[in-house]
Amino acid sequence: MDLTKLLEQLDVKADWIGLRYVDETTTYRWVRDGKPQSNNRSRSKGVMVEVLVEGQFAYAASSNVGIRSVQSAAEKAVKMARASAPYSIHQFTSEARPVATGNYNSPHQKIENSVSAGEINDLLIRSCETLKVSEKIVSTNALARIVNSDQLFVSSNGSNIEQQFLMVTTGSMAVAQEGSVVQKRSDSGMRARSWQIGMESLDENRMMNDSRRVGEEAVELLTAEECPTGTMDLILAPDQMMLQIHESVGHPLEIDRILGDERNYAGWSFVRLGDFGKLRYGSDLMNITFDPGVPHELASYNFDDGGAKAEREYIIKDGILQRGLGGIESQIRSGVPGVANFRASSWNRAPIDRMANLNLEPGESSVDDLVSSVENGVYMHSNRSWSIDDYRNKFQFGCEYAKLIENGKVTKTLRNPNYRGISNSFWNNLKAVGDKDSFEVYGTPNCGKGEPNQVIRVGHASPPCLFADVEVFGGEQ
Amino acid sequence: MESLFNQLADGIFTQLETEENLSLSLFAEESQFTRVNGARIRQTGLVNDCMIYLDLIVNNRRATGSLTLSGDLKVDLDSVLDELNRLREETAQLPEDPYIVLSTGGENSRTDKNGKIPDAEDSAAKLLAAMQGVDLSGIWASGRIYRGNANSAGNRHWFATDSFSLDYSLVNAEEKMVKATFAGSDWVQQDYEKSLSASIQKLKMLDSPSIKIKPGNYRTYIASAGVADLLQMFSWDGLSESSMQTGESAFLKMRNENIKLSPLFSYAEDFSNGLVPCFNELGEVSPERIELIKQGELKSCLISSRTAKEYGLVSNFAEEPEYLRSPVMAVGELPEVDVLKALGTGVYLSNLHYLNWSDLAGGRITGMTRYACFWVEDGVIKAPIENMRFDDSFYHFFGDNLEAVTTEAKINPDVGTYECRSLEMTECPGILLSSFALTL
Repeated sequence: MDLTKLLEQLDVKADWIGLRYVDETTTYRWVRDGKPQSNNRSRSKGVMVEVLVEGQFAYAASSNVGIRSVQSAAEKAVKMARASAPYSIHQFTSEARPVATGNYNSPHQKIENSVSAGEINDLLIRSCETLKVSEKIVSTNALARIVNSDQLFVSSNGSNIEQQFLMVTTGSMAVAQEGSVVQKRSDSGMRARSWQIGMESLDENRMMNDSRRVGEEAVELLTAEECPTGTMDLILAPDQMMLQIHESVGHPLEIDRILGDERNYAGWSFVRLGDFGKLRYGSDLMNITFDPGVPHELASYNFDDGGAKAEREYIIKDGILQRGLGGIESQIRSGVPGVANFRASSWNRAPIDRMANLNLEPGESSVDDLVSSVENGVYMHSNRSWSIDDYRNKFQFGCEYAKLIENGKVTKTLRNPNYRGISNSFWNNLKAVGDKDSFEVYGTPNCGKGEPNQVIRVGHASPPCLFADVEVFGGEQ
Repeated sequence: MESLFNQLADGIFTQLETEENLSLSLFAEESQFTRVNGARIRQTGLVNDCMIYLDLIVNNRRATGSLTLSGDLKVDLDSVLDELNRLREETAQLPEDPYIVLSTGGENSRTDKNGKIPDAEDSAAKLLAAMQGVDLSGIWASGRIYRGNANSAGNRHWFATDSFSLDYSLVNAEEKMVKATFAGSDWVQQDYEKSLSASIQKLKMLDSPSIKIKPGNYRTYIASAGVADLLQMFSWDGLSESSMQTGESAFLKMRNENIKLSPLFSYAEDFSNGLVPCFNELGEVSPERIELIKQGELKSCLISSRTAKEYGLVSNFAEEPEYLRSPVMAVGELPEVDVLKALGTGVYLSNLHYLNWSDLAGGRITGMTRYACFWVEDGVIKAPIENMRFDDSFYHFFGDNLEAVTTEAKINPDVGTYECRSLEMTECPGILLSSFALTL
């Protein structure tokens, strides 16, 4: 695809023109109870023409990437920009699209074609067999999702960027049933095992070990006690910290949300523009980074979809809010410092502020330190359910699996563990943060936002963390 | 578009070997999207997208694929044939699938609705002028949507429609909000302005200070839009037969323990309004109406032909993921004009937000109140309420706590645009509850 040549051939009058091409193939393989449910490959490719006319950006996206179609798209985009300019929310200049050249190739050892469809199905079937540790396991699921994405961006002011990504998600899940009690257990929650990686991720030993553990824990949950109800200490494992960071730090700090763009859909934020540099978001132990350079983390990249160079920045340092998750357009509109996170799900959606890799930096406490400091509390693993209000404040999350902690020791397994809280006070009750040895990297391909809607990939890395005075409760009695 | 689809189908089916069974599905749109914040344009653009899905079955092995089409027949036919060859290579490597369902032919259908929607360049002026003076945030989505299905057994289905929707929130100075959707196929400027004006009047009701109510159980009225939010949860680990069989449905108690909901609650999949395509990816046509829950009793789940084969059941031709496409909840006997009087003292909820299962086995759903929600005393709206979290089971709010259902059902279109513009909708009335749990 010679996007530079396509750009040169366009004949429209605009203050700035950009072409963003995406060619993305997603292969999804899913086996349930040892029988193939899906062997699907989806390839979507197209180009978005974006123009700037009279201070207004407008776009036209097409699955036809020939010159006539792209020329027509550019002409329509110019007309739309001109018609919309009198009503524009902000008069932009090409400053919103900086010049950048470069590339990115995600790290991997084995390319997609190194493992055949048959081999992947065999692996998933064996995973299902391994999950079925007893007759109490009534359903087993194993999946592999592989994404190959090539992205090109060129612009009239000289940008020329190429980024290539190979990403793999694996997952296994078992449902156990005994009488009227049904419990589900997975390896780290829905699609949390998502990384920029190659087919080396389909490691049979790891997958079988995980599947065995998942099956055993599903059965264990059948006879586990219900999670107690009360206000107590709570340790969240890294695979639940992922969701906690995502919902109660990531989304509230998206600058376009703070500016009100999302009010009709996902809502806005308890954070205001005046809070940056001042708000105590959490305890001194809370250090959150936007880090696009973590090897293998799902949303690592070198440039965002507006051409801004991506660099690591502290979003929250020692508990104080530093900067927002907003690309250049939002930074211009708000006057608040941001990061390079102006991202689109594909060629057919315009970029908006999207969190990418958002991590809680490790602290000093070992896992033993965390547990031994708790007199009465719960240690929760793997997200199962999530809900939060439209200001990103009042949340309620559920997990798959938990352990009771009594007098500094992990004692019994608990089922249906849930907790609720209010974001700002929750994070200010962060009492201890796990160390580097307990730091784990997760991601999810399924963060939804925007109008029109788009789903995007995010990464979240964290150690386990201890929170005080959390409202914890169990399932329906 | 229809001609392209038919020519591609004709072209590819002639290339099949005797033992090959192939289905094609088309999802396409020519859409305009304009995003508004503060009654100003945030982003605006056009999307022409066209995806074709191939489902190949050979020797009890199945592989599927999809690709974008350019609209150029020769280029696209080559691409689709390449994909067919890739699927052939892949099916040869795959294990047998014992629950494969072949397309077997049957009825055809064709729906082609032309509407009247504003041109892309004119839409800004038509929409924005009426919004000035209010803080409006929302999304305008308009254009033509296409769905096609064809298979090697000879079925053809086509559905095309013009549609528009402005899904929006109005916000007052205290950040309280009213939500509305103005949608249809034939744009009438006056109707739009009248609808917007009605929303502005409703926003004025939120001008008084909000009150904070304590967590507890309250008499509650939930309006149609909020009820639609609750009912949409039934497409997720809900009324899917496959979910029931694998222990992942919230409705297991109804089947295994014969638990019933309120006799006032009846729910069906109903295509009689003709607004939603009733064919699935195999080209099967759903019955016009499927009773799912009748007067509180579970009658059926959505059963795809694949699930039917796996568990020895009769298919009702649901899509393979077994989600609801055109559900309708039965109306009741409470006139809307009497809702406040019947409520007495309690909470009036217009909309709900960010729902999720908090306890699947117990049927418990959690979410937030949002938009125009009020405290009512002796049948009179007193004040808006600060947002509250709810966490309650449908075994209660569609069960023992369901006191009345209104006489009027409203159509709540699905304005979702993940991957493509949705055609689905939920038609439902409002509900009066003797008790509803607000928890935080």
